[in-house]
Amino acid sequence: MGMTITEKILAAHAGRNEVQPGELINARIDLALANDITAPVAIREFNRIGVEQVFDRNRIALVPDHFTPNKDIKSAEQARTMREFARRFGITHYFEVGRMGIEHCLLPQEGLVLPGDLVIGADSHTCTYGALGAFATGVGSTDLAAAMATGEVWLRVPETIKVIVNGTDWNKWVGGKDLILYLIGKIGVDGALYKAIEFTGETISALSMDGRLTMANMAIEAGAKNGIFAPDEKTRAYLERRARRPYKFYSSDEEACYCEVYEFDLGDIEPQVAFPHLPENTRPLSEVGTVSIDQAVIGSCTNGRIEDLRAAAQVLRGRKVNSNVRLIIIPGTQEIYLQALTEGLIEVFIEAGAAVSTPTCGPCLGGHMGILAKGEKAVSTTNRNFVGRMGHPESEIYLSNPAVAAASAILGRLAGPEEVK
Amino acid sequence: MIIRGRAWKFGDDVDTDAIIPARYLNTSDPAELAGHCLEDADPDFPKEVKPGEIIVAGKNFGCGSSREHAPLAIKAAGVGAVVATSFARIFYRNAFNIGLPIFESPEAAERIRKDDQIKIDPDHGRIYNLTLNEEYQATAIPSFMQELLAAGGLINYVRQKVKNGV
Repeated sequence: MGMTITEKILAAHAGRNEVQPGELINARIDLALANDITAPVAIREFNRIGVEQVFDRNRIALVPDHFTPNKDIKSAEQARTMREFARRFGITHYFEVGRMGIEHCLLPQEGLVLPGDLVIGADSHTCTYGALGAFATGVGSTDLAAAMATGEVWLRVPETIKVIVNGTDWNKWVGGKDLILYLIGKIGVDGALYKAIEFTGETISALSMDGRLTMANMAIEAGAKNGIFAPDEKTRAYLERRARRPYKFYSSDEEACYCEVYEFDLGDIEPQVAFPHLPENTRPLSEVGTVSIDQAVIGSCTNGRIEDLRAAAQVLRGRKVNSNVRLIIIPGTQEIYLQALTEGLIEVFIEAGAAVSTPTCGPCLGGHMGILAKGEKAVSTTNRNFVGRMGHPESEIYLSNPAVAAASAILGRLAGPEEVK
Repeated sequence: MIIRGRAWKFGDDVDTDAIIPARYLNTSDPAELAGHCLEDADPDFPKEVKPGEIIVAGKNFGCGSSREHAPLAIKAAGVGAVVATSFARIFYRNAFNIGLPIFESPEAAERIRKDDQIKIDPDHGRIYNLTLNEEYQATAIPSFMQELLAAGGLINYVRQKVKNGV
C-alpha cells in the first residue's frame, strides 16, 4: 500500500514498516523545542517525572523569543527559569538574547531541523519545519516535558489533504503568504482539523524556501497537525551550509491515499488580506475597500525572513510612512538582521520612518513592542487576527504579505504596492 | 465520577487568546490565570463561574496557540468539563495530558442552552440535560487516552513507565 510523506516519516520514527491514518503510535523525536512562555510550564512538569537527565541535551532547543528582551519582571523570571534549566542540563541549543531569533526562523537557519526529521515544539507554529520535508507539529508543555525525559511522543497518524497549486505565471506581489491565506479562506480555520496538509504542484516547486516556510507556518491556522512539502533541490541548496548531520528525503508514493484533494490555479490568486477576527476571513486585495490603519507590523515567524524584508524595502525605498501610521519592522533572527543591514534594507526602513526592532515575537501575540489601543487597526504580516491578539479586545488586525503591509503603511490604509506612486 | 453543573455557552472557534490572553502569560500560576479565563469573550465568566460548572461551545474550541495555560486556566477556574462540537487538536491533547475532562458532542453543543443544568457520566460519555430532560452521547475516547486519564494525566503515566524501566 502506498504511503504519504507524513506516514513514511511517522512509520520510520515508530520503528514500523507502515502506519495507517487513525492509529496511535509512540514515536522517537529528533528535536524538541520550547520558548520562554511554554518552557517554564514544561520544566515544572519535567521535574515531577523524577528523571536525573534529559533524553539528549543536543536534541532540545530552548529559545527566549516571546516576551524577550524581558518586557517586565515576571517575564524576566520566566526567561531565567528556562536559562537555569538550560545550564543545569547543558542544553546545547539555548539561544540567548543578542544571539537568538524567533524560534521558527532560527531553527531552520541553524540547520537544527532537517528533511525526514520528527520535530515537536511547545509552540503551535512548530509546523513551519514541514517546509523542509520534516514532520513537525505543535504540542503543549506537558507533552514537551515527557519528550524531554523520554525522547518520545504519542501521536495519532493523521489523514492527509493534498493541495495542488498549478501555474507559474506569478503576480509580482503574490507570495507564500497569499497562497496560504487563499487556502485558509477556502477551507476555513478548521478545514484541516487533525490532518496533514501536503503542498504540491508546479507553483509549489517554483516557490522559494522562505515562501514555503511561510506556507507551512500557517498550516495550523487551518487546524492542521502539520503542513509538509516534498524536499527538492531548493531544499538541498538551502541546507548546504546549514545541515551538520545526515538527513533523508521522503516523498509520497503514487498510490498514497488522500482524504481530500484541493486544486487551485495561481492565476486566480491575487494578494490576500484576512479581515478580523479569523484568518479565514480573506478577501482579495482588490476587494478590501477603504480601511484606514494606525499600525503596520512586518516580521514574525510567518514573514520575518530576508525575502520578506526585501519585498518590504522594495516598496518603502525612497518613500515615507504615513504620518498617521507606526510601522514596526522586526527581522526574524540576528543573522537576517545583519543580512538586511549589509543589503542596505535597514537604512531604507529607518529613512522611511519605520521602527526596527531586535528579533522578538513581541506584537504578534500582544506581548510587547507594539500593542494596540482600543479601536486601533493594524495591518500585520503575522499569522493570527483573533479578538485582542495584538492588544485591546476592541482593536483589529488585518493579515497580509510584507509588500501589502509596507504599501498600507505608506498610504495609511489597506493598499497594494501598485497603488504607491 | 459524575460531573454536574450549570452550562456556560460560547460560540464557534473560541481561540486560546480568548481563553487566556497573552498579556497574562508572564505567569503560569494556575490561580492567577483562572482569574482572567475567557474574560475577553465574556467578562462575567471569570468572576461568576462556580466549581463544577460546564463550558458548552461550538466547533474548533481552543484553536490557535499551543499554550497549555488555556486548559490550565479553565481547570483552575473550577470548570467541571468542556463540551464542544469539536476541539482544536493541540487543545485536545493538552486537556487529556493535564486531566481536564472534555467531551465532543455536536448534538449536546447544539441543544444545551446557557444556564441549563447538566450532568455528565464520563465513563460512558453520556451527557444529560436535566433542564430539557434530554440525553446526548459523546464521541468515544481512544483506549490509549483512557489509559492516560486513568493514570491521572501524561506525567503520571510517564513516571510509571520510567519507574518500571520501560
